[in-house]
Amino acid sequence: MSLLSLRGVDVSIGQYSVLHGVTFDVPEGGVFVLLGRNGAGKTTTLRSIMGLWKPQSGQVMFRGENIAGLHASGIARKGIAFVPENMGIFGGLTVAENMVLATARGKFDDARLTRIYELFPALEQFWDKQAWSLSGGQKQMLAVARAIIEPRDLILIDEPTKGLAPSIIAAMGEAFREISANTTILLVEQNFAFAKSLGREMAVIEDGQVVHRGSMADFVADQALQDRLLSLSAEGA
Amino acid sequence: MGKLDRFGGVFLLPLIIAAVAFVLIGAPSSWLTLTIAGLSMGMMIFLMASGLSLVFGLMDVLNFGHSAFVSFGAFIAASVLAYFGGWLTSGNIALNILAFTLALAAAITFGAAAGWFFERVIVKPVYRDHLRQILITMGALIVAEQLILAVWGGSPINVPRPHFLEGTLIIGQSSLEIYRLFAFVLGAVVYAALYILLNRTRMGLLIRAGVENREMVEALGFRIDRIFIVVFMLGSALASLGGAMWAGYETIITPALGAQMMVIVFIVVIIGGLGSIQGTLLGALIVALMQNYVGFLAPKLALASNMLLMMAILLWRPSGLAPAVK
Repeated sequence: MSLLSLRGVDVSIGQYSVLHGVTFDVPEGGVFVLLGRNGAGKTTTLRSIMGLWKPQSGQVMFRGENIAGLHASGIARKGIAFVPENMGIFGGLTVAENMVLATARGKFDDARLTRIYELFPALEQFWDKQAWSLSGGQKQMLAVARAIIEPRDLILIDEPTKGLAPSIIAAMGEAFREISANTTILLVEQNFAFAKSLGREMAVIEDGQVVHRGSMADFVADQALQDRLLSLSAEGA
Repeated sequence: MGKLDRFGGVFLLPLIIAAVAFVLIGAPSSWLTLTIAGLSMGMMIFLMASGLSLVFGLMDVLNFGHSAFVSFGAFIAASVLAYFGGWLTSGNIALNILAFTLALAAAITFGAAAGWFFERVIVKPVYRDHLRQILITMGALIVAEQLILAVWGGSPINVPRPHFLEGTLIIGQSSLEIYRLFAFVLGAVVYAALYILLNRTRMGLLIRAGVENREMVEALGFRIDRIFIVVFMLGSALASLGGAMWAGYETIITPALGAQMMVIVFIVVIIGGLGSIQGTLLGALIVALMQNYVGFLAPKLALASNMLLMMAILLWRPSGLAPAVK
């Protein structure tokens, strides 16, 4: 059974219909990549899974339970974390306060915190600094660290490499590889080179519909398919 | 401002204003009296405005009905004080304190309960719709004023002060009203409590995070709507406490009190910056000090001075002096 299954999900924002019957399955473990051009509906898909936008119809099955229409806080408590495109960092709070908010009871699991320090040493260094003072890469590290400070089954990550330096992107890739050993990641990404280095399974969204599903290896091998589906966004390939 | 930031930045402004006023006024005793009056007035305005700032910042709600809580706080406290009139005038300080505490507690309790009702019935249906918020909360303010007229009548009401807060303290050639000193201390205690709540508790952390990014707080697993109710009740209770203290300060109140205070409370919140308790305190102290100093130096300019102050600060810092980080 898949960890997450979307079945015919329709989402409208205001008077605009954004997703039309989105259907795909995310297997448990590893990184599942959602690709597509700008405005295709990738972010809307993640936000709809997280409960930040309510689907008008369709099902979002998580571990066999339909979570479509649940409050975002309830979905988070079921073990789904969200790293939005803008990172969602609380700039006026310190790094420590940002992290403590992501814990269930306001206390850290020492082992998990140590692992986070190993993955992102900068966070330990800036632990008591206000988050607005961090660099873009450090903010992204904080956003990911917040998502893994508690055990999660699924992490939704929206364009984590946007605007980051190549060295930071490489470090982020290493971190995602390690995290995905225990936690499933649903990654929305425009940087195809980054996406293909991590993804095992993938789907492509176009105009609010899934137009391709399959393994990343097959997709990487089919240049014609890439050109057709990602012609405007595969510059990083 | 870079170098100034190292010494406190915008939080030095009340000191700078006081220093300039000291030079312009010339007489140290008058300056001290005006300064204490300004500080105590500022603390009472802070009580009224802090809730509005949090509600504005956290909930993005333009609550023009906020001053209704100020009015109700004032009238309820006045009624309780009148009921216990005998205790207030007795020489027994314990009875004095008890009557005054009961008056403040009644105002706070009513404010919190009315805040809960206001949020559930009036504000909740119009979240994310500023135009309707303005219309419905202004409507609620008018209804509240009419209710006050119906219950307490339209005539000015005398507010008795407890015996232990009557009189003045003479320091050198300056006379300092004990009630004003008490208002200052009470405001400082409330500020300290709010500071601890916001900076040392998990609820405070959630409120500060919610001011910045409500959606992300929800995505972390928290019901922001429940935090909203708590903040709204807290803000309303503080407004009522501010109203109760203001009633004792003015000693005569009318049903127009809320509408009169609304202008000054909005100026304070805008000057201070939305969603920030420190900003609200700063704004309240600056506005009150300016009003007292200008009222002494150029009485006809007292109200205009605050409007000019607001314009100058907004031109300098469009988000206010110390807004919450967004």
